[in-house]
Parts: sequence; structure tokens; C-alpha cells
Amino acid sequence: MQDYLLMIVAAVFINNIVLIRFMGNCPLVGVTSSMESAFGMGAAVVFVTTLAGTACWIVQRLVLEPLGIEYLQTLVFILIIASLVQFVEIVLQKTAPPLYRTLGIYLPLITTNCMVFGSSILNIKQDHTFMQTLVFSLASAVGFSLVLVFMAGLRERMEAAGKVPAALCGVPITLITAGMMGLSFAGLLGMAK
Amino acid sequence: MAARIVQEFTKGFWKEIAPLRFALGICPALAVSTKVESALGMGFAVVFVLCLSNGLVSLVRHIVPDKVRIAVFISIIATAVVIVELVMQAYFYPLFLVLGIWIPLIVVNCIVLGRAEAFARKNPIGLSLSDGLGMGLGFTVSLVVIASIREVLGSGTWLGIPVFPADYPGFGFLLRPPGAFVIFGLLLASMNVISRRIEKRNA
Repeated sequence: MQDYLLMIVAAVFINNIVLIRFMGNCPLVGVTSSMESAFGMGAAVVFVTTLAGTACWIVQRLVLEPLGIEYLQTLVFILIIASLVQFVEIVLQKTAPPLYRTLGIYLPLITTNCMVFGSSILNIKQDHTFMQTLVFSLASAVGFSLVLVFMAGLRERMEAAGKVPAALCGVPITLITAGMMGLSFAGLLGMAK
Repeated sequence: MAARIVQEFTKGFWKEIAPLRFALGICPALAVSTKVESALGMGFAVVFVLCLSNGLVSLVRHIVPDKVRIAVFISIIATAVVIVELVMQAYFYPLFLVLGIWIPLIVVNCIVLGRAEAFARKNPIGLSLSDGLGMGLGFTVSLVVIASIREVLGSGTWLGIPVFPADYPGFGFLLRPPGAFVIFGLLLASMNVISRRIEKRNA
């Protein structure tokens, strides 16, 4: 139990997938101009990453490894993620229209979000068990959404204050803010691996 | 035709230099830019993938139905990346270890899919190849610029060659992840200032 708790803390804060591992920076810049879109994207990513992480793990262990074709990992994983995203989109559209209206526009963007693909590969690289895969994928995605929501909040305030120099407006100030946020996350360094 | 090819090639270096202009592909630009050497390795891997995927996408552009084109493009890109992965593992093993997870992650680099979707599926193979080469080299240049700043100030070397006297303490912040974000932000801001100056002079 303690192992899992440490893993969650490590994946959410200490090795945050956006600020420390540099994955999923495109949405960090792209969808954080408003709180609402940050929430939508975050929720969609949590959902898809957990599904994709476990699906990729199962395929790796039950198909790729027994057949000795691990070198096809990249190709197979991206196809799993792409078809999974499509599948989730169709299912949501049929069964939960209100949820689909909130998450719908973010789903296609997730296929090329390196965070989903990256955490699926990290699961294999770090030799996680099935439960660890589940926990790690979920925790990484929660860490991603947390940063996205923080960033959206900060950006809304900065915009309202209107004191950002012209040259820094938009992407540059977002990246510098991400750097500062990363520094504060780095304060937790050493608490867990 | 030749002029057009040159034009498609050179736009990748300033006018449409991908990471700096459109904030595309910033994840690898931040992650592998602690050393100039790894930045160069990553840059060339992306050049190869971009040329191969742009070429193949351009070849199949008339046979692929519009509805499934993204899936086809992604499979083509993933194939190119697997080739790079295997070649690097065989011939450039130390570099392969340094770049690690970032080689498979070229698949989801927005620049590669972006060029396939925005350029290669509408243009003949010659133009697509030169577009891929230009964009890829532009990506390499931006990576090397960021890596140079980080390596020179962070560890006092450039491509492993010492630049500062041996007792230079090193600005460790730049080698850490938060430093990468700050340097990249400042670089974008200075690009904004420069291009605004140029516009003003031309106006």
C-alpha cells in the first residue's frame, strides 16, 4: 500500500510528467487560456491515459513479448492509442452526450499528445506490474491535469492584471511561468523516487 | 520549379521555424537540449523521419481516402520512427541511450504529423522532400541554439569543449527542467522582439 502511495506522490508531484519529464507541453501552451478548456482537456486525458496505459501493457505482455516482436512497440502502441481514442469518442457520443459535448473536441487532440504515448512506454521501461501500470498511468495523468488547471488559473489572473510586457505575451510568459511552477515542484525532490 | 524547391527549403529556417514560431514540438526541444551533442542527434533523427514520412505521404496522396488519412499518416510516421530506432540502436548506441524515450516519441511530435497534413498531402514529392528537409533542419537549428545556451552557461562547455576557465562553477539551474522552460520562454520573447523590429523597418 505504501509503495503505491509513494508512486502516486512521485508521479503527480516529484516527477511531474509535464514540468519534469517534459511531456504534453503542447496542450500546456495550447488549451490553458481558459479554466474551462483546461478542465475538459485534463478530464479527457485522465480517462484516455489510464485506458491506453493498461491496454498497451496487456498487448506488450501477451502479444509482443511472446511473439518476440518488441521492436514493433512504437508502431503498435500508437495504433492502439489512436483506435482507442476513436472508440472512446464513438462510445461517449452514443451513451453520454453531455459528457461528449464537454470532452469531445479534446479527444482527437489526445492521439498526438506525447503524454499518453510516453506514459505507456514508461510503464514498460520501468517494468511495472499490471496494478502499478494502472496506478502510474492514472497518477501521471492527474499530475498533468493539475498543472494544466494551475496554469489556466495563473494565466487568467495575468491577463486580468494586464501587466505582461508585449514581447512576452502568450507563449513566452506561459513557458516562464511553467519554469517557476517546476521550481516549486522541485522543492519536493527527495521525498520519493 | 527549382526556385520553388529552394523557397520551400529555406522557409523552415526563419519564416516558419517550427518550435520557435508555432510552439510546435517543444517537448523534445526542452528535454534533449542539455547538451549540444544530444540536440544534434535528436535533430538529425527528426530530419530523417520528416523526409521519409513527407516523401511517402506525398507518394500515396492520391490513393488514400480522406477519412482514414490520419491513421495512414501515423502508421507511415511510426514505421519511419521504428527504422530510426533500430538504426540508432545498431550504430549509435551511446546516443540511443542518451535520447532514450524521446526517439519513440518522435511519432507524436506535432511537427511531423503537421507537415504531412499541411504540406505533403497536397504537394508532389520533390517539394515535399525539400519541405521536410528544411523543416527538419530548422528544428535542428532551434534545438542547437537552446542547447548551446544551456550547455555553455550551465556546464561551461560547448559540444564537450571547455569554453570558460576550469574554475567556472556552472549555472546548474539551466541544466534542470525548470531552467529549460525559462530559457525557451526568453528565446521566444527575443524572437518576437527581433521580428517586430524587422517588420517596423520594412514598413
